[in-house]
Order: sequence, then C-alpha cells, then structure tokens
Amino acid sequence: MSFLLDCPNCGPRDVNEFSCAGEVTVRPKSSPSLRELTSYIYFRRNVAGVQREWWYHRQGCEIWFQAERDTRTNEVLLTEVVEPSRRAGTAAE
Amino acid sequence: MNREREVTFSFCGKPIRAFEGDTFGSALFASGQRVFSRSFKYHRPRGLLCCSGNCPNCMMNVDGVPNVRICAEPVREGASVRQQNVWGSLEHDALSVTDKLGGPFTPVGFYYRTMIRPRWAWPLYEKFLRNVAGLGKLDKHAGRKNRYDVEHRRAEVLVIGGGAAGRQSALANAAVGKQVVLVDEGFVEPLEGVEVVAPGRALGIWEGGLVPVDAGRMLYRYRADHIVVATGTVEQPLVFPGNDLVGVMLPDGVRRLIEDWALKPAEKAVVVTVDEAGREAATALRRAGVEINGVYDLRRERVREIVARGSGGILRSVEIDGRKLTCDLLVMSGGRQPAYSLLSQAGARIEYDPERGVFLPTDIPAGIEAVGTVTGDGLAAAVPAASYNGASGKGKCFVCVCEDVTDKDLKRAIAEGFDSIELAKRYTTVTMGPCQGRLCHVPSIRLYARENEKDEATIGTTTSRPPWAPVTLGLLAGRPHEPAQRTSIHHRHKELGARMMWTGTWRRPHSYGDPEAEFLERLYPNRFGDMKPMRIRYGVLNSDAGRIMDDGTIARLDDETFYVTTTSTGAGAVLEWFEWWNAVWGLDAEIVNVTGGLAAVNIAGPRAREVMRRLTDLDISNEGLGYLDAREAQVAGVPSLILRIGFVGELGYELHFPSPYGEHVWNKILEAGEDFGIRPFGLEPQRILRLEKMHILVGQDTDSESNVLEANMSWIAKLDKDDFVGKWSLEHVRDRGLHDMLVGFVMEDGKVPLEGAQIVLEGTHPIGRITSSRWSPELRRAIGMAWVPTELAEEGKSFLVTVDGGFERATVRLRPFFDPDGERLRS
Repeated sequence: MSFLLDCPNCGPRDVNEFSCAGEVTVRPKSSPSLRELTSYIYFRRNVAGVQREWWYHRQGCEIWFQAERDTRTNEVLLTEVVEPSRRAGTAAE
Repeated sequence: MNREREVTFSFCGKPIRAFEGDTFGSALFASGQRVFSRSFKYHRPRGLLCCSGNCPNCMMNVDGVPNVRICAEPVREGASVRQQNVWGSLEHDALSVTDKLGGPFTPVGFYYRTMIRPRWAWPLYEKFLRNVAGLGKLDKHAGRKNRYDVEHRRAEVLVIGGGAAGRQSALANAAVGKQVVLVDEGFVEPLEGVEVVAPGRALGIWEGGLVPVDAGRMLYRYRADHIVVATGTVEQPLVFPGNDLVGVMLPDGVRRLIEDWALKPAEKAVVVTVDEAGREAATALRRAGVEINGVYDLRRERVREIVARGSGGILRSVEIDGRKLTCDLLVMSGGRQPAYSLLSQAGARIEYDPERGVFLPTDIPAGIEAVGTVTGDGLAAAVPAASYNGASGKGKCFVCVCEDVTDKDLKRAIAEGFDSIELAKRYTTVTMGPCQGRLCHVPSIRLYARENEKDEATIGTTTSRPPWAPVTLGLLAGRPHEPAQRTSIHHRHKELGARMMWTGTWRRPHSYGDPEAEFLERLYPNRFGDMKPMRIRYGVLNSDAGRIMDDGTIARLDDETFYVTTTSTGAGAVLEWFEWWNAVWGLDAEIVNVTGGLAAVNIAGPRAREVMRRLTDLDISNEGLGYLDAREAQVAGVPSLILRIGFVGELGYELHFPSPYGEHVWNKILEAGEDFGIRPFGLEPQRILRLEKMHILVGQDTDSESNVLEANMSWIAKLDKDDFVGKWSLEHVRDRGLHDMLVGFVMEDGKVPLEGAQIVLEGTHPIGRITSSRWSPELRRAIGMAWVPTELAEEGKSFLVTVDGGFERATVRLRPFFDPDGERLRS
C-alpha cells in the first residue's frame, strides 16, 4: 500500500504517515437498542467503491480530516476538513 | 577499458592484474580462471554464461559481501575476492559428491521425504544441511560497516532502462520540458536535459507511481507522474544435456568478453541459435581469431538432438544429431524474452505471442508506458526452442541453473500431480534462485507445455513480484533511526546507576478551551463539569464499546483550563482520540500537547512534606494543599504545577515544570531530602507500591475487553449522566450481569506466581488469570491482581493458581492490601 493522500494542511503525503479510523459512521442520537448499538460499534458498510473515511495525520500536523477513497483502486477523490471543527494546533505551532 | 590504468586485487590470496573498465569477472577470465562457482545442489563447476548479471554462475564473495555477480562488478583496487559455496576449492569441491552419488538421494523435493527418520537424527541432519545450504556466507559483523540512507524524490517522467529506447524516450520527454530521470542498472552516458541515476536499479513498481531505486548505499524512493519502462530483453538458454558445462555461453556473454574486455573467449567454438544473436556472436568470434567449428541456425534447419560433453565439468565437444564436434566454447541462443516483470507488477497482462515465441505485456495501466524491445518491438519471429528434443538419459539437462533443476525434475513433478506452473514452481523451486526466472521461466513453461500437451499460452506465467533483483536488507532498513525520547533528567538517572526501560512515546496532552468541561463530560464516565478550580480527579477513558482505553488524572486549573495526564504509552493514542471526538462533535475545544516541554517528578513518602517545605514557600500543610489539590508555585525556584495525587499510596507531590530545569530540580530535591534519607525510586518499586494499593495498570490488569464495572471501578461510571462515550455499552453490561471481576489476592504461602498464570477450579479447567503479581516487602506476602468469575469475587474466597508446574492456593481480597482507608495518602 503506497498511495498518496492529500493532507488539507500539508499536501500530498505517503499514506503511511497517516492512521485511518475507517468509515465515517453516524453515532446514535440517544439510548440505542442493543441491536442499534452493536451495529454502530461493529458493523460497517464495507463498500467496494467510494467510501468516506476518517484519517489522522499522525506523522505530520495531527489534524483529523475526511477522505473519499475508492476501496477498489485506492484512488483518493477528495480530502477535506469537516466543519465546524477547527484545526487543532500543537504546542510547536 | 583503459589500459593506461592498472588495478590490482586479490583472488583467494593471489594478486590479479586488471585494467580500469574491467570487471572482477573479466579480469579473472583474463588470468585464466574458467570455473567461477559451484552450483547450488550438485556443486557442479560453473563458468561465465551471460556476463550481464543475470545468471548465478559468477557469484563470489567480494570484500566480505557474498553473492556478488563479479561479471558485472567493476574492479576496485585492493579488493579481496573469494570463492564461495565450496568445500575445498573451485577446482576440487568435496561437495560435488552430491553430483556423482546424490541422484537417488536428492530428487526434486527430496527434503519433503528424506532426513525425517530416525527422528533423533534430525539435529545432525539440520546441522549438516545448514552448512551446505545457501550460496554465500554472511559476515555477521559486516552490517555495521555499511551506511545506508533513503531519499524521497519526485520525477515527472521516470525512465527505467538506459538502452536505445529508454534514452530516446528520455530525450524526447526532456525536449518538451518535462523533468526527466533515467535509471539503469549499469553505466549510461550523460544525456542532455536528463538526470541520469546509474547504477540505479528499479526494484519494482508500486501504486501511487512509487519506484524505489537501489543505488548501492542509497535508496531513492521515486514518486513519478509518468513511468516509462524500457527494460529490454533477456537472452534465453537452450535446454539440452550438458547445457551447464563450463564453456557453454550466451551470445551477449561472448560479445562482452570480446568487445568490452578484449578477450579471446576460446580456441574453437560451435554456435547453435534460434536468432541473429548467435550469428552475430559467430562473426565476433571469427574477428577475435576463434575457429568456428559449426553454426546451426535452428530457423533454417531442424535439429533433433544436442548433447554437450565434457570432462571435469569443462566442455570438450558437442554432438549435433550424432555428429561430434570438438570445441571449448558452445554459444547457445534460445531467443530473447522481454523483461516484463515491472510491467506485470504494475498490473499489465502477460500474453504469449506464438509468432515470436515470447511472452509480451499488454493492457499497460494508466500512468505507465512500455517502449523498446520489452514490448516485442524489433523481435523477429524465432523458432521456439522446443523444436529440438533435449535427449534425457545422456546427462543432466538443466532448466534452472540457479537451483539445479533438471528437465527430469520437472517431468517428475508433473507425474506427481503438480500440474500447474504455480504448483510446479513451488515444488521444484524452478525460477526461485538468484536469476528469479530470467533464464529459466520461459524454458520451464515450454517444457510444461510439451509434457502436458498444451501450448504456452494455456500454461501461462507465474506471478511477478518485487524486487526485480536481490536487494540487501540494510538498504531497505535505511539509516538506523529509532527516535528515542529521554526525559530531561535522563543523565542523572544513568549516573545513579539506574536501569532504564522503555515507556512508549511519553507524551501527555494538555487540554484547554471554552467548551472544555463539556468535552471532558462527554468523554469520561465521571463528572468534571462540577469540579472546583485547582482540584484533581481520576478519570478512565472508555471506548464507545464500553472498554477501558486509558486512565489518568484531570486537574482543573481554572474555568477554561484542564490539565490531563495519561499513561506514558497511551498518550499518543489519547491525543488522537481527543482530537477525533473534537472533530466529530465540532466542539472546538483547544487541545495542546505539552508533554515534550515538561518534566515531572514525584516525591512520595511520610516525610515528603518536610522535603517540600525546604523547596517552596507555598503553604503545603494538609489544609493548604490537601489530597487531590493542585497548586501553581515555585519549587526550587522553578515555576511548577504541583499535583497532590497518590498512585503509590503515600503522601506525595507530583511536580510538573518546564523540562530544561529537569536536572536542577532533581538535584535540589535530593539535596533537600538528604538528611531524611531520600532515595530515587524507579518503575519497579513504583509497581510494587501501586499493587499494594490495588491500583490498576491499564493494559496490564485490563485488556481490550475490560470494562470499568467488571474491573472493580463501578463507582466511576455515573450512569445517570446524560451521555458519555461508552455509557450505552456499560448499561448493557450492567443489565446482562457481570461475568468476570478484577480482584486482589494474597498467596497462602510465599510463592509468587507469574503474571499471566492461570487460575483453575479445583482440579479442572482454567477459569481466570493473574495480571499482576509481586512479593510485597512491606506485607511480607505474595500479592497480586487477577480476573476471576463473579462467583469467586468475594473477600475471603479462595482459588488455585498454577505455580512452578503445580498449584498453590490464593485468597481473594477486595480492598487495598496496604492502608486500605488511605490514611497515609491523606495525611
């Protein structure tokens, strides 16, 4: 696996600089049933196609952003910081 | 070659004269050396074959580096070249007995059937096999002498291969203003407007246009927008009895000896060829004064049988259809096979072209281009080499000279049922040697096609995998580069003779911002919104599945500022976790990681207050700074955050202050405490102290399945809170009932069980495990923590623990072993 990911802050970087938190999911609003809770925690759509997922620039600026990636070809269609969250800085900045 | 410049090196201790432009191989050949190696299994003598770095025949040890293809390695002054893989010498190798006698003992796949019984003999077999297996020997100490490094580079156009087509493509791309890089395994003349990296071997093509290039001590990781593959073709041998004898060569090898190194390869030569290359070699030989004793062009005449004969492994004659021709050189050409491997790795399809008798790449993926002979361009139709019938029974007929795989071996594999080329490859190990199929892949497919009465297109090829050629692990590893993080007090610890241990990345996040209380309320199971300023609370971070992730303390510094600590190894993950929820909830909490900037020291014990009194003007009476209070003050003249917390269960103060003052504060503390008998204490005593207080270590006493209810911390889960990460899961755990519990225990006698030891029900099966276990010097008992079924989780109940191959009894304790009411802590 050696594709490039376009970090919103840093530009195109080797995918190994990042960690992936998987599919963007929707957290239940309140008091889910056991089935709803289990679905949320364990089940994923796991599409063979374009997937929206969370990425963290672990070896770089440390922001979280979302990407749309085709899981069949590893082509990354877009990356973006999702508002309204701000870009958190590190002590060094 | 430059005869003005002489270079001297040694071969097995003998000095050898060479010229600049020679390779070690050509220089040795010039000195009269003909046997260059002994083969892998049979230890047959082998001589120069390709002179192109493709075959294994010339591999020797150069300056301690094994498996160097000396036919392509330029000479170096003072180098030491040695033979390898022989018991004795190249001329007289004791292991060649496997060639004479080995047959019945070393058929294909022999290691699956022999040397298994008697079982007691295996250590002997193993020792023997390890000594004879492999080719070169590794010098265990050589690794440290070499320095490797990695560079990340970009190229608009990366051309792989510096032959005619590659150079042409590079120049054309440079002419239209592209940034062009050209790499080649050998030497390439400078090109206008092109950056030439040579020698630079492209190891493979990975997604994202990644092409790592091996340039000896440097690994260039190229990211290219456009890749041009111009890797050309590889000459193929013919398969017939005796085709591995010293003196049997490929046309390129012959040409190089004559044209590059001005050597006369032999006295008398015979040529057998399926293409022009053989005829061209004959012409070059004539010019070099070699007598040509016959040229057989298999395009024009059918030949049924070729048998090469020799003595002592050296070629003496060849029989063509029964007619004997004396010679000391046999030039064989089986055609040229495009080197499609890189294209195949990149996703191209490989198809057989029956016209030209070669496998060609098609369906080249986007971003990649193939030019030159690798596409089949310029390759004439060649009579497939299978038109003649290599006669068996008259000597070994080698398909794979790297692994010593004969045609008989392949036929036997088919007979044993390995009827696909992928299976046969794995069983016989054909193509798995140093040449990686360059010389033997296509011949093996042809043989397979013949034996199975199918055509080459149906048989197909095996999967091409990187690296294209052998690469040292050192190059892939790069510079020894393990970032180590030391505390600012590191040197003092070393001076005091401390043994250091790794505790992960050692960073602690610091969190402040407007919606911070809300943020922490949502992330932790207990309450933080109601914390008064300068107070501290213990917190356990849970996942949404209700599992324990990390623990630490949270100190509220003011309305908007919280100071969060975590376990040393968990800090990076906790920061990631915090930032993610921040993004998901859009809360805009400002999270700053201050770990690297701070040092922290813990002073603990009954006299800690007296020591602190000497270091600070702050009121540190029990009323001024009580248990779980935080204060900001100068300690030893350094602005510090003082946290009165008690992981080790004593009156104690954790000082957090700017890291550059580390050693200063440390020294001042030791000074201040000297008459109280202060001592530095490390992680091991800390572990014992915390265990005596039954404080958990996340990751040791808990694992990825543990939740706070079963880990005996149900007090921390405020399930009446609105919502926090993990709340719903904990509710379900509570409703379904607790299955296992984390408890403390004492051993009845003094035996200390191992951490991880099993807990068993009387005489039956394992029901739990020990997570922490130590001898407590304070209590003079063996104590610990363990997971047991809920039924056993009652004060005074007992269970059996495996210790030293037997069982010992332990008694459950639910309250801390030492100072259970925390009087010391609160003093």
